[in-house]
Amino acid sequence: MSGKEPGSSVGGIESGIAGADPGVVSPLRIYAVVLSVGVLCSLAIVATYEWTRPIIAENRIAQRRRAILDVVPQADSIQAFAFDEEQQSFRPVPENSDDGGLVFAGFDDSGDLVGLALAARAMGYQDSIELLYGYDPASESVVGIRVLESRETPGLGDRIETDEDFLDNFKRLDVRLADDGRSLMHEITFVKPGEKTEAWQIDGITGATISSRAVAEMLRESTNTWLPRVQSSVDKLRLETGGGSA
Amino acid sequence: MTTQRNDPVPVNDFVDGVLKRNPVFVQLLGMCPVLAVSNTARNALAMGLATGFVLLMSNLVVSLLRRWVPTQVRIVTFILIIATFVTIVDYAIQAISLDLHKALGAFISLIVVNCLILGRAEAFASRQPPSRSILDALGMGTGFTIALLSLGAVRELLGSGSLFGVRVLGESFQEWTIMMLPPGGFFVLAAWLLAINAWNSRSFRPPTVKEAV
Repeated sequence: MSGKEPGSSVGGIESGIAGADPGVVSPLRIYAVVLSVGVLCSLAIVATYEWTRPIIAENRIAQRRRAILDVVPQADSIQAFAFDEEQQSFRPVPENSDDGGLVFAGFDDSGDLVGLALAARAMGYQDSIELLYGYDPASESVVGIRVLESRETPGLGDRIETDEDFLDNFKRLDVRLADDGRSLMHEITFVKPGEKTEAWQIDGITGATISSRAVAEMLRESTNTWLPRVQSSVDKLRLETGGGSA
Repeated sequence: MTTQRNDPVPVNDFVDGVLKRNPVFVQLLGMCPVLAVSNTARNALAMGLATGFVLLMSNLVVSLLRRWVPTQVRIVTFILIIATFVTIVDYAIQAISLDLHKALGAFISLIVVNCLILGRAEAFASRQPPSRSILDALGMGTGFTIALLSLGAVRELLGSGSLFGVRVLGESFQEWTIMMLPPGGFFVLAAWLLAINAWNSRSFRPPTVKEAV
């Protein structure tokens, strides 16, 4: 490494192609180089993607399982359910199922239902926010949320995950159903910071209005759709034997 | 910028990147991730290593291809190569830890636009053999990581009283929350630059005075 390599043009302006004037490179050659570099790069990306995909999928399930146990802490085992639109009923599915709109039921060691975890997703300030919320069918209330995915502004929007006062909103959020069982008695509503007066309202965060409103909106939408379904078949949710132990 | 060197000791390629040409403290390159993800020591270390890896791989590949890439399309090719390695790092971090991926957020993909990497590809790797390019990338990567770590450690210590998530200051310590927020990045960076420049000018002053006389 002591001398200069021929053609490496130390001190020169351009590395270029040895001996050729940069002005007269044939367009064909330019295409060929860019294309082949592009193809090689794509191959490298595809290979990495294929290699890491199963590991990432496993990580996601483990992360979701931790989040479920966070919002349904009494659960000893978890069973995933998918909703069948035609029959209007839930059927048990494997936990790694790709079906959208899964409901996770937590059971204690004697097999009694102790709580449910549901996923909600909506557009935040930068990108979509995905979260899990815990639902206690006995008291008909939301008992906690856990953000799974968010790219909100660090220090501002990401306070939806860390702000204690905001998270207190979800420790006992009233989502009782109306008497006919088909809608909520009081929809979840978003109010300005410090204006919460009712148990079904969510206090926003100053400086993170858009992100905190997004959380309230996705909870309202999800609870409106899912809680009537869940509550009407809550007695039928049973632990599949053999599957889904925590 | 490095083309004037006739130094036969290639180790200098490494040392320069860490000290004399430190990408953050001297060249002030790649400020976006430096300020944004240096809020904890762990994030800073992960970001430094991820950037260092991309830098190393892109420098190596650019250097290997330097005779084949026509000058007209060199920037396109460099960006293509850099973007590929950033994507690979992105998948790798997701496979290692989703929490870490969440903490670094969008800044992993933004390694693509870190001017440090394109800068090294254009100014060094496209003119030097792979061995020197690797040393240069290792030096710059180490310098970048050290700089990020020195910001992250101070910010985490003052902002949450801990280091790498372990509480080191007593319970009575009142956290300076602003250190964890974006302004804290500017404060700590400024403090480091002040300290480093003060040190440099102190050790340089005597000779210049003598020369003047």
